[in-house]
Amino acid sequence: MSPSRYAVVLTHASSHAIRAEHVLRQAGLETRLMPVPRHLSSDCGVCVQIRAEDAAQAEEVLEKNRVPYDRVEAL
Amino acid sequence: MIYLDNAATSWPKPPGVAEAVAGCITEAGANPGRAGHRLANDAARLVYDARAAVAELLGARDPLRVILGPNVTWALNLALRGLLRPGDQVITTSMEHNAVMRPLRALEAEGVALSVVRCRADGTLDPQRVADAITPRTALVVMNHASNVVGTLLPVAEVAGIARRGGIPLLVDTAQTAGAVPIDMAALGVDLLAFTGHKSLLGPMGSGGLILGEGFDHARLDPLVRGGTGSRSEEQIQPDFLPDKYEAGTMNVPGLAGLAAGVRWVQERGVAAIEAHERALTQRLIDGLRAIDGVTVYGTHDATRQTGAVSGRIAGADVGMVGLRLDDDYGILCRVGLHCAPLAHRTIGTFPEGTIRLSPGATTTLEEIDAAIGAIAEMAKE
Repeated sequence: MSPSRYAVVLTHASSHAIRAEHVLRQAGLETRLMPVPRHLSSDCGVCVQIRAEDAAQAEEVLEKNRVPYDRVEAL
Repeated sequence: MIYLDNAATSWPKPPGVAEAVAGCITEAGANPGRAGHRLANDAARLVYDARAAVAELLGARDPLRVILGPNVTWALNLALRGLLRPGDQVITTSMEHNAVMRPLRALEAEGVALSVVRCRADGTLDPQRVADAITPRTALVVMNHASNVVGTLLPVAEVAGIARRGGIPLLVDTAQTAGAVPIDMAALGVDLLAFTGHKSLLGPMGSGGLILGEGFDHARLDPLVRGGTGSRSEEQIQPDFLPDKYEAGTMNVPGLAGLAAGVRWVQERGVAAIEAHERALTQRLIDGLRAIDGVTVYGTHDATRQTGAVSGRIAGADVGMVGLRLDDDYGILCRVGLHCAPLAHRTIGTFPEGTIRLSPGATTTLEEIDAAIGAIAEMAKE
């Protein structure tokens, strides 16, 4: 099985996703907003796509900035 | 035309505000949080920018604790209705606007005990009076930061200290001060801060909100409105997290885009510089009016203790007629009457006739102030 190329930051609300995107970009990470994959959540909102290798750093940045998020999931 | 009605709403708005509103409609006109496509995301970023700009300006660390809504009245209703229960006691001041007094009177009819602390005739408040009004049932202290009638600043930091010692949350109505007076809500010790976007934050009408302080537990604050949020769509129960708990329904995204542009202008100029400018104008206006025979100016007469709202009267002249003539004969726009604050007018001794209120703003000039003084002097002579 090949390693994941992307991961997504799942949040409870789109405003949380935007806040996450903001702090991740400030930390120099590459991000993209995308609709939440239906197999991960029934929310109709968006999540933040990041590179898979950035996942650990992303969690660190989110914790440091106290951004509420559900989890980081590899795609 | 000379616009001296900035205490009602600021005008003109700075360059960039109207463009931001129009740009939102033409370029980012989708519904934030209701889809994942690019236009919805662009709109969500505009909303976030407004949240972050307001948070930064008013000393809130977390933009997600900025609850956005249509105006400061909505924000005050959210805080008052969301917190107070029958059997609670709430303390307020005799200088409040009806945005506070009317919801409080309605809550009083539902069994909330209301204590109105009397202010002095110049609008100032002895904070000890708040301390004296506290009972074991006190659930909230609510006060304005500055009067919309005479501009008098209330001692928010002192009252915050008193409230904190009693373990009582403090709600502050900053309609007259946000953007005009430096505010750091964390340093002041304010738990709940209600703001309007369309006055000194220089945004369009239809924007405002409530900021929850870091230490305030929102579990105790019920929402005012429930409905769609774009989140937790599988549930028929309102989400309990911020800001969605309080932000049901589609937002005024164009207005918030304009608000972000207005706040950016305030930040670029600096609140301290705006305050200094408005103080110079305000003192000149107070001194000029007080030098006219037959004119009474209310408040502290000290621009360092008030905002730019200057209230006065010409002896023997109907305030409505003065307002009309200022507009018709001099092109000076102001607001006369009771300013939606009957209790404040009772406190300063001008109820029920009210006052003529002249309120300069961030871009008012000294020449405009002098023209207004000259017009009032001519009318007072008649």
